[in-house]
Amino acid sequence: MADTTVDARNLQCPMPVVKTAMAINEITSGQTLELIATDRGALSDIPAWAKDTGNSLKEQFEENDEYHFIIEKA
Amino acid sequence: MTVPELQEETAAEETAPEKEKMVLVAASGDLDKAWPVLILATTGAAYGMDVTIFFTFWGLSILKKPGTGITGDDWRQKMMSAFHKGTPDGLHLSKLHFAGLGPSMMKSLADDKNVASVQELLDLSIQLGVKLWPCQMTMDLMGLTNDDLIDGLDKPAGAGSAISLMKDASIQLFV
Repeated sequence: MADTTVDARNLQCPMPVVKTAMAINEITSGQTLELIATDRGALSDIPAWAKDTGNSLKEQFEENDEYHFIIEKA
Repeated sequence: MTVPELQEETAAEETAPEKEKMVLVAASGDLDKAWPVLILATTGAAYGMDVTIFFTFWGLSILKKPGTGITGDDWRQKMMSAFHKGTPDGLHLSKLHFAGLGPSMMKSLADDKNVASVQELLDLSIQLGVKLWPCQMTMDLMGLTNDDLIDGLDKPAGAGSAISLMKDASIQLFV
């Protein structure tokens, strides 16, 4: 279970990345965040954002047409 | 504050890595240009970048306060503001404008698809600390005062300030 969840379902670009970034500022290093999105752009945007900001994408899966990303704060 | 505390603070300032900079020049008041400018700005901020948008020429229309009527003192300024009202909700489409029918179709489509509006993205930009610089020369040219523009803006600036920022920025885009 992640420490915090970001529900970005039905939101379009750039909201999944922006909401994730805002939520990651609220947690501490080592804590995890789960993002749930339906924007297909997030499939490439979230891994790119995680790589560039140094946060690590621990897990990514699809469930009922929803994309889940587990990110650990650097 | 004691000397060791001061030293510690200075050291912390020195070790904090300087944020990468992104500078966007918003020169268009078209809805289809304002949208990508603000999407890139908010995303840049989400990347932890120090983002500045320099609004010049018609780009200033994005910053006009909702409800702003005819602006300027000169008849030419007044006429221009009458034909191009601006404000986040009053922007034109560069193609298929059809006297406003195009933008309302585009906005209702965006609403259906849950795309954030220009107004929402502008509010979000301010919330994320994106710096919004109106161009002083264009304000003078068009007769716009600080009262015609939304709150939360930085001080009006010129090309010199824009170049000074862009020189050291890793992303500079003219939209």
